[in-house]
Amino acid sequence: MTRMLLRDLWRLRGQVLAISLIVACAVASYVAMQSTYRSLLLTRDDYYARYRFADVFARFKRAPERLADQIRRIPGVATVQTRIVVDVVLDVPGLREPATGRLVSIPERRGAILNDLCLRQGRFPEAGRSEEVLASEAFATANRLRPGDRLGAVINGRWRELRIVGVALSPEYIYEVQGGGTPFPDNKRFGVLWIGRDSLAPPYRMEGAFNDLALTLSRGASEGNVIAAVDRLLAPYGCIGAHGRDEQISSRFLSDEISQNRISATYVPAIFLAIAAFILHMVLSRLTAMQRNQIGLLKAFGYSSATVGRHYLKLACCAVAGGGVAGSAAGLYLGLRLTGLYRDFYRFPLLRYETGADVVAVALAITFAAALAGAWGATRQAMELPPAEAMRPELPVVFRSGLFERSGLVRISSTTVRMIARNIERRFGKACLSMVGIASAVAILVVGQFFYDSIEQMIRIQFETVQREDVNITFADPRSSSARQEVARLPAVLRSEPYRAVPVRLQSGHRAKRLEIIGLDPGGELRRLTGSDLRPVRLPPEGLVLSNALAKLLGVMPGDLITVEIMEGARPVRLVPVVTTVDELIGLSAYMDGGALNRLLDEGSTVSGAFLAVDPLAAPRLYDLLKRTPAVSGVALRESMLASVRALIGESLAITTSVLLLFSCIIASGMVYNGVRINLSEREHELASLRVLGFTHGEVSWVLLGEQAFLTCAAIPFGWGLGFALSAFLARRMSTELYRIPLVISNGSYAFSFLVVTMAALLSGLLVYGRIRRLDLIAVLKTQE
Amino acid sequence: MKAGGALFHIHNISKTYRMGDVEVNALRGIDFDLWAGEFVVILGASGSGKSTLLNIMGGLDVPTSGEVFFRDHDLTAAGEQALTAFRREHVGFVFQFYNLIPSLTALENVALVTEIADNPMDPAEALTLVGLEERLQHFPAQLSGGEQQRVAIARAVAKRPDVLLCDEPTGALDYSTGRLVLEVLERVNRELGTITAVITHNAAIAGMADRVIRLSSGRIVEERRNTARVAPADLSW
Repeated sequence: MTRMLLRDLWRLRGQVLAISLIVACAVASYVAMQSTYRSLLLTRDDYYARYRFADVFARFKRAPERLADQIRRIPGVATVQTRIVVDVVLDVPGLREPATGRLVSIPERRGAILNDLCLRQGRFPEAGRSEEVLASEAFATANRLRPGDRLGAVINGRWRELRIVGVALSPEYIYEVQGGGTPFPDNKRFGVLWIGRDSLAPPYRMEGAFNDLALTLSRGASEGNVIAAVDRLLAPYGCIGAHGRDEQISSRFLSDEISQNRISATYVPAIFLAIAAFILHMVLSRLTAMQRNQIGLLKAFGYSSATVGRHYLKLACCAVAGGGVAGSAAGLYLGLRLTGLYRDFYRFPLLRYETGADVVAVALAITFAAALAGAWGATRQAMELPPAEAMRPELPVVFRSGLFERSGLVRISSTTVRMIARNIERRFGKACLSMVGIASAVAILVVGQFFYDSIEQMIRIQFETVQREDVNITFADPRSSSARQEVARLPAVLRSEPYRAVPVRLQSGHRAKRLEIIGLDPGGELRRLTGSDLRPVRLPPEGLVLSNALAKLLGVMPGDLITVEIMEGARPVRLVPVVTTVDELIGLSAYMDGGALNRLLDEGSTVSGAFLAVDPLAAPRLYDLLKRTPAVSGVALRESMLASVRALIGESLAITTSVLLLFSCIIASGMVYNGVRINLSEREHELASLRVLGFTHGEVSWVLLGEQAFLTCAAIPFGWGLGFALSAFLARRMSTELYRIPLVISNGSYAFSFLVVTMAALLSGLLVYGRIRRLDLIAVLKTQE
Repeated sequence: MKAGGALFHIHNISKTYRMGDVEVNALRGIDFDLWAGEFVVILGASGSGKSTLLNIMGGLDVPTSGEVFFRDHDLTAAGEQALTAFRREHVGFVFQFYNLIPSLTALENVALVTEIADNPMDPAEALTLVGLEERLQHFPAQLSGGEQQRVAIARAVAKRPDVLLCDEPTGALDYSTGRLVLEVLERVNRELGTITAVITHNAAIAGMADRVIRLSSGRIVEERRNTARVAPADLSW
């Protein structure tokens, strides 16, 4: 029996190989993505723990150092780190535009600190050397800065030269995002610099004071209570509210990425596994059905039903086992590589890889179960027959007049077309299964492409429709209306639209969100609010405009009143109506008419920054000026942001998507090949008869492949529909607070899936054509159909 | 043209198969000719080589040595394509197990062949010839064995072949149905003048032939000419 098993496997090697490949791909994608997800989580947690990432963060104007002792005494607080953090304009060598640097103070004497640094190059700044700084690795790499390089910085209004002495990483800035409406990192134009506290304090008159706090909680402490206590202590010092890790931008971004990873690591392989299981079931049940004769013969020889049954179940298992083992190994390897890629991408200083035996076990269990279920049904049917009957071939399918005859199509079709049509009609169930198989192959290809399309659309909406300014400058402090004219007079500025940005806490019932309300120029063109159909939404003269995601988060609708707690100046609390919502895919936003916002704050026409449209030819003069303008603390360029977003999302997505796409292609081809191959086996006799009657290879192939071609063509539109539905499902599951994934599938993606499946069908057709050429014509004369 | 007026000229053909390490000599030095309008029965027990001979005559196989000519076609030298064309243009096959296409009606099974033939009969006419004018629109599964075999004969003759090769045409049929099928073959041979070669192990059929060739172990052991052909209705076995 063992030899027979090996021989059967060899005889069916083409199909076994196709099955193995499908299984391998499904298992590999599941194992790889699950272990990557787990490893990422583990690596991040390990990184956070080892480098003492803080639990609670707060920024404010200026508080005396002695306040730190009071904070330490808050129940639940474990460790407190006081710091000075300021954003400054940088002049980076080799960079035409001004960059923004976040100067973060570190103690002069090295010791264990919160948000500790991992030194990657060079050394720490020496005490007393006020020009020495550490640069973040992402910023240093993007600008090709090395220890020894110099930077210009406008520190509290005075131009100073800083010298990089080392390059470091921090768990606090895994994503280096400036915040304030720019949710994506632009490592060339925003970077973190760590500097000795004694060097940073004097220019800002911060000796014996601090403006930034990080603390860790003791075990079991309530974060909410600690935050409330910290807020009470810091309120007089201009604190806009302490927050936990969930609102720390880098941590938040990373969590979202990882949870997205979890979703895709769950659903995408699940789809793959389901399709693989379906194909396995179909292929193995048809393969076993074709072994009827052999099953009858074995039983006639006296083999027990159990032995015969075991043989076929073993055959099914062997077909799957190779793929399962190869898939697990490939999955583990790919998982390791993917985790490594993510480590490089996030610049984790360490890597923990968790293989997870249970992941492998689950993947294998699913595939084996599918294989056994498929083989079992057909084997049992064969075993239940008395041997003599099993040895007789299955009764020929009874053909009678059907829909095809009644439709009248029969009169205009050739005899071979009639054969094709009747075969599909009479074995409609089988034809449907084949179509479902092909359709699922098309669907996974569509899903693979969908990720690219949706990101492209997201970028297009954000950077072409919503954000239309060339440059966004932020002032170090809110400025009076005279700044409007000053900005307009800057060189190269074609159009300037000052805006007001105010940190607030929005509350509706028990739901609250901290962000900035942006007060826009009502006649402005550089920041456009868009409705769900991308049409511009007019800014109402009073009241709030919320992005849909924010409205959903707060549970409010147009017409509702929400509490606006202003985190600046006298900190008034106001009730403001939500007037309308806008559709934005990136971040959470709240807008108001600039004048209305000024009135809400009881202030004149104060501005916080400006959107600029710039003449590209004259832009360098503007950039040179901005590099040395003390009033400006941040400069963001749309073009560079766009480039960095593309690089960021493109890179992280390309890693998984390209692997998935490859798998989709293999599964699709395996599916199509197996379909044609089984069809050939089932109809070998009929086709050989035609050859004997004088039909050429081509004419015979047309009978077989014409049917397959018809099924493939008919299945493709269903596949598109299925792919669309799956994409819609994934889009909903994978949307985060930072960005929503739009449901967009380009025509190109549909075309791509069509192309891959058609190519797979053609290739399979070619392989099968080769087999038709080798049909044994003489055997046909000897055997009954 | 070889050998005077013979349509088929078979000269000294042998066929050797390798089955594993064993060489099987299926045919050894067979010589005979077939003449226009002849009805020949090739008799032989199982393993005598009669099917191999029929396969070679029908262009399904080629001999290891010797030569086979159909008119001026050298079948021994023919390639795959030429053999397909030969079968298509000149040969009608009738098999023991009918080999009808289950998805086509009786009429369509015949039409399948007439569509690729140069000067075919009307498919309905061919079915009338075999007495199935009432069953044109039936599918094989709706026909009896004898009826299926008659459809197969109609399919074979509809393209007006030069030679009709029948491999145990009554092998799967009962006595009376088998006789009916033989009557049809006899009628086709008589009315259309198609060379008909029937291979069978059933010696009783030999009576209806012009000539009987008996094979044993790959050789012709007897060749005789019947003085008068017996009508199929008078055969018994």
